[in-house]
Amino acid sequence: MVKFFARRVLFGILVMWVISVAVFVMFFVAPHDVARLLAGRQATPQTVAAVRHNLGLDRSLLAQYGSFVWRLLHGNLGFSYYNSEPVTHLLISRLPVSASLALGGVVLWLAIGISGGVLAASRPRSVADRTVTGLSLFFFSMPTFLLGLLLLYFLFFRLHLAGVDTFPGSGYVPLTSSPAGWANHLILPWFTVALSTAAVYSRLTRGSMLDVLGEDYIRTARAKGIGNLRLIYVHGLRSALTPVVTQVGVDLAILLGGLVVTEQIFGLPGLGQLAVLSITTRDLPVVIGIVLLASFFVVVANIVVDLLYAVLDPRVHVH
Amino acid sequence: MTQSVLGELRGTHPPAPVGAPVTVEGRSPWQLAWARLRADRVAMVSGAVIVLIIIGALAAPLFSALVGHGPNEQFRDTGLTPAGLPRPPSHTFWLGTDDLGRDLLVRVLYGARISLFAGVLASVIAVSIGVVIGLTAGYLGGLADTVLSRLVDVVLSFPFLLFAIALVAIVGPSLAISVGVIAFFSWASIARVVRGQALSIKEKEYVEAARSLGARDVRIMFVDVLPNLLAPVIVYTTLLIPAAIAFEATLSFLGLGVLPPTATWGNMLSESVQYYKVAWWFVIFPGVALLVTTLAFNLLGDGIRDALDPRAGRAQHR
Repeated sequence: MVKFFARRVLFGILVMWVISVAVFVMFFVAPHDVARLLAGRQATPQTVAAVRHNLGLDRSLLAQYGSFVWRLLHGNLGFSYYNSEPVTHLLISRLPVSASLALGGVVLWLAIGISGGVLAASRPRSVADRTVTGLSLFFFSMPTFLLGLLLLYFLFFRLHLAGVDTFPGSGYVPLTSSPAGWANHLILPWFTVALSTAAVYSRLTRGSMLDVLGEDYIRTARAKGIGNLRLIYVHGLRSALTPVVTQVGVDLAILLGGLVVTEQIFGLPGLGQLAVLSITTRDLPVVIGIVLLASFFVVVANIVVDLLYAVLDPRVHVH
Repeated sequence: MTQSVLGELRGTHPPAPVGAPVTVEGRSPWQLAWARLRADRVAMVSGAVIVLIIIGALAAPLFSALVGHGPNEQFRDTGLTPAGLPRPPSHTFWLGTDDLGRDLLVRVLYGARISLFAGVLASVIAVSIGVVIGLTAGYLGGLADTVLSRLVDVVLSFPFLLFAIALVAIVGPSLAISVGVIAFFSWASIARVVRGQALSIKEKEYVEAARSLGARDVRIMFVDVLPNLLAPVIVYTTLLIPAAIAFEATLSFLGLGVLPPTATWGNMLSESVQYYKVAWWFVIFPGVALLVTTLAFNLLGDGIRDALDPRAGRAQHR
């Protein structure tokens, strides 16, 4: 177990390293002139040279890479080109919004996906099964931003016209100031983030559950006279969830993409909105900071998922 | 639009009878798969819808000339209300107009060109890369496998929309960049599937036979192993296309893909965000076009998978 954990962590460090190299190459080596970009259109060659010197872009690539990594390891992501605020401050101030959206989204996506899949699998070919299968194909085909727009249009705007203001269309209320307002403002964004991925999970859970229910130990349990509910939820679900859990690790990267789109549509002041904003203002340090932070989350979450995987299914032998 | 197509097809395409051959005749696995696909009504309707979308995309310039509305032509008098707002669907503008008084139907048709082009091209590129890398890793094994599999793992754990955003921030948005980004972040999952299949196929007798006849590795990989991988590759490609179309639309929506005034479903929806309160058609029609396209490809992909692998299909409906 310890060895397995160590290997996963090593691989995680490798991934982070590759990502940092990719970011470095993209931003500092790629054939474009950051200094020119920053100095502005009417800059004299002297200004451009000064900017280049200030950023350390006139040094050798190796030296640049060295200081890039050195600063990273010290948690220093540099300063925003736009308003000179430290990038770390910007990220921290926006993190709670994205974290709220992501956590709620994941909980909802797993809850809907797994319960839908179990419901479909426990009565194959029934009306419930067909409904779940049809709905999951529908939501699976729905791009996140389109779902967001449709939810905004029907559940916020049409209901608002009808005098029902259950679902706010934009804005964010911190959890600390009003838990109810927080949840209320996040309902539509949560569903936006969750539904298309939940569709994948209900299909996955259904398939995996059907496979498990065909296994010998389930027949044994049934022969011992265990009730249907206990059979499905206690004996079946546990091992049926293994492939589902593995998939969660892969899909976290997709989730982050969903955050960008959802925050944009619902006007949530999170990291995704900051990313899009920083791109329009060409604020490269902030973009780099967000990409690195997001990658870090994906890597860490994948390690956690792999450990969960081993804990969840007693049949998995960890080498 | 789709409703009438569905109805028409139900009348003209009765499901082909299968499983009751009158005379005994030899049929290849591909013929069998085709027969199963023909019998799958949902898949056939989806295929027909896709054909219609392709025709619509190809005929966009023709249609535009026919109604006399260019895709970027602004009709400030007829296409906008006195208050300067989009006009609802009418005889002149079948699907209404957008915020600049342009014909929404013409633009939706032109948008189909971008979506299909980007979706298909990105998928073909991704599948080609994925097949070559997966085949190499699975067939050669050893060090090549270790390195390539790690590479696949790394690419799969990239937060790719964020990376796409970052890349676009530097090189600037364009159709070529969108296609490249989509392809780059899609090949890894195919590589993983192909690797798994290649691992088992390379142990087959016919591969051993080819080797004993002196065939070189590259020949065995592409002549003996690859054709036996075609089924999953075809299924993956059909399922990748809708994902790539959605990805392109997302990039355009965020202003990071194809830029206005070129019409794409993504940037039309992005422009419609400011107008959804006064012009429902502006959101609904590009949205429906996008959803119908991705849904049709996904349904067809599902049908093709069931047709190519009847065992998996039965397991699904057990």
